[in-house]
Amino acid sequence: MSTLAIDKAGPTRKLGSMSRDRAWALRWSYFFLVLFAIFFLTPPVYMVITSLKSSAEISAATNPWWVFHPTLSNYVELLTSNQFLRFFWNSSIISIVVVIVTMLISIPAAFALARMKFWGSATLATGVFLTYLIPDSLLFIPLFKMLAMVQDLTGITLLNRWYVLAFIYPTLTVPFCTWIMIGYFASIPKELDEAAIIDGASWLQTLLRIFIPVALPGLIAATIFAFTVSWAQFLYPLVFTTSVDQLVLPVGITTTLIKGDVFNWGQIMTGALLGAAPPLIIYAFLMDYYIAGLTAGATKG
Amino acid sequence: MADVVVEQGRHVSSVRPRKRASLRNTLGRKSTVAFFLTLPLILLIALLVLYPAFFSLYLATLNKAMTKFVGLGNFTFLFKRETFWMVVKQSCIFAVTAVIFKALIGFIVAHFVHNIPGKKQRKWRGMLLVPWVIPPAMSTLAWLWLFDPSYSAFNYTLSFFGVGPIPWLGETFWARFSVILVNVWYGAPFFLIMYLAALKSVPDQLYEAAAIDGANWWQKIWYVTLPMMRNIIAITTLFSLIVTFANFDIVRILTSGGPLDTTHLFATWAFQVGIQSSDIPLGACVSLFMVPILAVAAIFILRDVTKRGNEA
Repeated sequence: MSTLAIDKAGPTRKLGSMSRDRAWALRWSYFFLVLFAIFFLTPPVYMVITSLKSSAEISAATNPWWVFHPTLSNYVELLTSNQFLRFFWNSSIISIVVVIVTMLISIPAAFALARMKFWGSATLATGVFLTYLIPDSLLFIPLFKMLAMVQDLTGITLLNRWYVLAFIYPTLTVPFCTWIMIGYFASIPKELDEAAIIDGASWLQTLLRIFIPVALPGLIAATIFAFTVSWAQFLYPLVFTTSVDQLVLPVGITTTLIKGDVFNWGQIMTGALLGAAPPLIIYAFLMDYYIAGLTAGATKG
Repeated sequence: MADVVVEQGRHVSSVRPRKRASLRNTLGRKSTVAFFLTLPLILLIALLVLYPAFFSLYLATLNKAMTKFVGLGNFTFLFKRETFWMVVKQSCIFAVTAVIFKALIGFIVAHFVHNIPGKKQRKWRGMLLVPWVIPPAMSTLAWLWLFDPSYSAFNYTLSFFGVGPIPWLGETFWARFSVILVNVWYGAPFFLIMYLAALKSVPDQLYEAAAIDGANWWQKIWYVTLPMMRNIIAITTLFSLIVTFANFDIVRILTSGGPLDTTHLFATWAFQVGIQSSDIPLGACVSLFMVPILAVAAIFILRDVTKRGNEA
């Protein structure tokens, strides 16, 4: 009671100085935020600037931060080249398949782990979490060897096949998506599914009719993550694929647009920008889900 | 509550004809359903994570042609090489420095964003999170171009301040500086978002109370913000430590480990040894050295995570 009284008395007593402090704090905040925004946005902005330049302008020693003769030739060239479209196509199909596979595996598993206490469920949940901490750079060599071995034993070509990647990426996406879905499912009030089961719904019906609709925001967050992770993956495709027609975007751009020591920077930056576009567009529309997912599961940073 | 109801339901159904009922019982039993729901997950983890992890241990004990068992031969070979110790050192410098700067920048920027009134906050937050959204392989290419030796936009800008051309990726110190800078740029937004979420969960009354007690800006951060954010700071830092330590994309694209292998991390060196020089056992051996650090960080994270599990 007494603290409440002081709370009310406080601001009125020092109102003038406090609001002046506040105004200054706000000005300083804006000042530093502008500085940090410049730091954070320089590379993407520079990508855009370079992508609009011709190679003649890039090699001329003019101000690199300004476009004197803007041209779309880099875009036209890339978007009409079969190679680049091939990379884009490979990346898109892989990411879509990965999202579907991830959801099919992680939603039922998260449901079971969040609601059905069974033998070993706690251990499994911890295991999922630990799997999520294992980085790709630890597993790429044994996985490479495994794919080669399967190829030797069965004659089925697995190395240098882009679609094989779609079945390896889930090792990166499933643990995280399961983990955040467990969190979302656990936050659904128990009364909801208890009522459903009393009404005679099966476990599957409970999942489809109650959990998925109620946890839809979490589901969207998980989908965005699965997509961005598989879109951005660089190490596995670099190791598992080599032919030009089997590459995905990040690897394709870094390996084919750089020919020897010749860097065609205009095209490289255009390619990088187009490669960054899908996640950026998704993020622009679904930022809140993306951030909710980030903070819900503490993704890797 | 739900369990009791299910038990009753099963009791009722067992009155029906035996065979069909027993099949339905097994299929409908909670543990069976749960088993089938988690089976794909278990298979995926066992086949594509656990098996390769142990397989990697086995690979590390073979000779280069993978025909002979050499025991710890690969490990003793690594210990004798100077490059290996340089990689150990560089991985630690890289991870620790990058994580400290990411955490600091994230913490500071989170406060600035938190100061901004509600509506504009969303815009700033969106802008500052952009580096985190762009695939790192793509954004690192932009950095590579900014660092370019002959047309470097950075050196061009610096020349106006009378600062001579800096060999960004050509000299050990600057190359190390550059890979850390790019990693900080990429990872700081993640800390920003995590800290911003934590800041929002600190009740305003605490700050009001502190202000009335005459606390200044530093005291508010030290006695109110930091204790309230301690858990988030710890878990985010540990997470980031794991990922930064295992980083591949940035170093691979920016320097490929050069100049003279001085910027190699475990991942990039393992790639060079194992895939490019096709000495798979030695490469597996190199990447296994990440395990101890990952394990220590994982144990600490798990302590926090089990706390969350108990609350749920």
